[in-house]
Amino acid sequence: MSRHTLSVLVENKPGVLARVSALFSRRGFNIDSLAVGPTENADLSRMTIVVNVAAQPLEQVTKQLNKLINVIKIVELDDDAAVQRELLLVKVAASLADRTVVLQTAELFRARVVDVNAESVTLEATGAPAKLEALLEVLTPLGIKEMAQSGVVAMARGPRSIAGAGPLRAVDRAS
Amino acid sequence: MSTDPIDDTSCTGAQSLVRSLEAVGTDVVFGIPGGAILPLYDPLFDSTAVRHVLVRHEQGAGHAAEGYAQATGKVGVCMATSGPGATNLVTPIADAHMDSVPIVAITGQVPSASIGSDAFQEADICGITMPITKHNFLVTDPADIPSTVAAAFHLAASGRPGPVLVDVPKDVLQARTTFSWPSRVDLPGYRPNLRPHGKQVREAATVITQAKRPVLYVGGGVLKAHACAELAQLAELTGAPVVTTLMARGAFPDSHPQNLKMPGMHGNVAAVTALQRSDLLICLGARFDDRVTGKLSTFAPGAKVIHADIDPAEISKNRLADVPIVGDCKETIAALYDALAAEFAAGRKLDLTAWWRQLDGYRETYPLGYEWPDDGELAPQYVIERLGAIAGPDALYVAGVGQHQMWAAQFISYEKPYTWLNSGGLGTMGYAVPAAMGAKVGRPEATVWAIDGDGCFQMTNQELATCAIEGIPIKVAIINNGNLGMVRQWQTLFYDGRYSNTGLGTLQTEQTRRIPDFLLLAEALGCVGLRCETKADVDMTIEKAMAVNDAPVVVDFCVGQDAQVWPMVPAGTSNDEILAARDVRPEFDESQV
Repeated sequence: MSRHTLSVLVENKPGVLARVSALFSRRGFNIDSLAVGPTENADLSRMTIVVNVAAQPLEQVTKQLNKLINVIKIVELDDDAAVQRELLLVKVAASLADRTVVLQTAELFRARVVDVNAESVTLEATGAPAKLEALLEVLTPLGIKEMAQSGVVAMARGPRSIAGAGPLRAVDRAS
Repeated sequence: MSTDPIDDTSCTGAQSLVRSLEAVGTDVVFGIPGGAILPLYDPLFDSTAVRHVLVRHEQGAGHAAEGYAQATGKVGVCMATSGPGATNLVTPIADAHMDSVPIVAITGQVPSASIGSDAFQEADICGITMPITKHNFLVTDPADIPSTVAAAFHLAASGRPGPVLVDVPKDVLQARTTFSWPSRVDLPGYRPNLRPHGKQVREAATVITQAKRPVLYVGGGVLKAHACAELAQLAELTGAPVVTTLMARGAFPDSHPQNLKMPGMHGNVAAVTALQRSDLLICLGARFDDRVTGKLSTFAPGAKVIHADIDPAEISKNRLADVPIVGDCKETIAALYDALAAEFAAGRKLDLTAWWRQLDGYRETYPLGYEWPDDGELAPQYVIERLGAIAGPDALYVAGVGQHQMWAAQFISYEKPYTWLNSGGLGTMGYAVPAAMGAKVGRPEATVWAIDGDGCFQMTNQELATCAIEGIPIKVAIINNGNLGMVRQWQTLFYDGRYSNTGLGTLQTEQTRRIPDFLLLAEALGCVGLRCETKADVDMTIEKAMAVNDAPVVVDFCVGQDAQVWPMVPAGTSNDEILAARDVRPEFDESQV
């Protein structure tokens, strides 16, 4: 089992997210995270799907995804050659005594304070999944009252766009 | 309402939908009207190009569309109203999905403004059928009707065929719009890969020339691709044995000496063992279904695999392919023929003498057979064998699911493609009568025999009323053993003969009468009813049924309840565990392996 990040271009039509997520569940594949949003082309949306599977099932995932009529293109993003970001909002219990620690931690992780009151501080942080995990680890002893986290959004480094990238694992072309 | 021709520049959504069906070449629709789809039935009433067959249950409409499609190769069309009408189509849609049958289902939906409000007869049929359709559409704008219908038919028929559903809210059918047939279908995410890659084909040819024990493992994809002529050429070029799966019966003539016929759970010993002992499976349009492979990890352990399929997701899904080829079977097989002919011309030829000696040994030692019941009752296999012999290779045979289906696959000699229709993947009891109806509508000149069980028949026989009223003279052979026979067979073999809920009471005994009496039921449904209970009467009864051409015929063949389907690979076991008959394990000379 290993973590794979798929970037999926889909038609921007009602029900496409349901088609994709239902496919994963009925074929028995687990989604670690899924993020969807608009692209530079109004007709297309982009999904970033993180799955935890072995190589052989991953090939089935992509082949089955490719069979969905609304799926235009799938690219697997290599961890080393892609930028991956998550967004985290976290409400930390921060009495006046603890407030300095929270603010210092925020600074260290380049998180922003987006809300503050007598009992808590809410931080906004973005970064690779590992960075946000580290931030949470530091904040946990202080008391996390609430948190919300987005799925990963990701993009390959370098000048090429997903629209110009070759198809992922075309089985018939395998040598 | 009006009977004027439809005005393309100002029409209703319903009129646009009828015009679209005409434009795409639909000649028949099977369906039932209801509230949400009523606006469509008004212009449909006027169409001279599209015949509507009013069925008695929407499931019948769906299976009829499948039967029509499988018999003709064209897209079958069924129609239902919203809610329960649409959900009654779910079983045939799932069936078509499993067997890759091109059908388009058109459903009415509650008005757009009511969607999501749990309105009367509302069901989210697009959501419900999402996992069992190739694709589905909810039309929200009447202007989209022509392009949606064009896309639906294109999707259903092209690539790997399958069911497509088009859901149309009532207000979209009633709204004013214009009709304009699209010049092209715009589906940016749909690009079926038809042409096989030359390098893969050459690789496959090379691998074939190195094989000692190759088998052509032929599936329904060959029929879907209309590639039977190409298959025959390839088979004869290689001289290799051919096995035809349940979905491919008829793709290669049974009388051909290279045809080992059906593999699988109830395949014959030669076909099953050929796959097991093979060193090269040339899989053409088949999908390594569990009913063929038995326990997957022990399936054909010594074989390399060439897997040709139009659906990339089938390749290496169950069994890893050494040489994958994505493409349409017709093009793939033709290309493989050329590549192999070039190899042979260069002197690299196959010598299959030893392989055939081995296979002929299996064939001679373990031919298909059956025993007559001890109590002198009629053997169901005999009935089906005689039916095939008398109705001949030009008739269409449409089976339900169970023992009778397996016997029909085993004991009828299929010489021509598209003469064998059945529910393979989903195993839908009740398929036979409505599918035979659809097949007969598509091929009115052909004799169409439904071979059904007494259990299956009681699920969908109301379509015989449709057949009688609409002038669709199908013939139905009920192989009536008074039981859910296949389930009873498993109870005999695996549950110590504890017959929990498998008796149906359709046979007469000293204590009980037949319920129902199929002869009386046939007559009530407007059919000719015949009954046959003895060996001596079988031929005469079949001939009598063959002579009736102006009405549907139902023959109640009362057969012994203890007849079993053999050979058998018990579920979940290896194909090596095949039993030729009860308690009879074939003895293979291991030195030949």
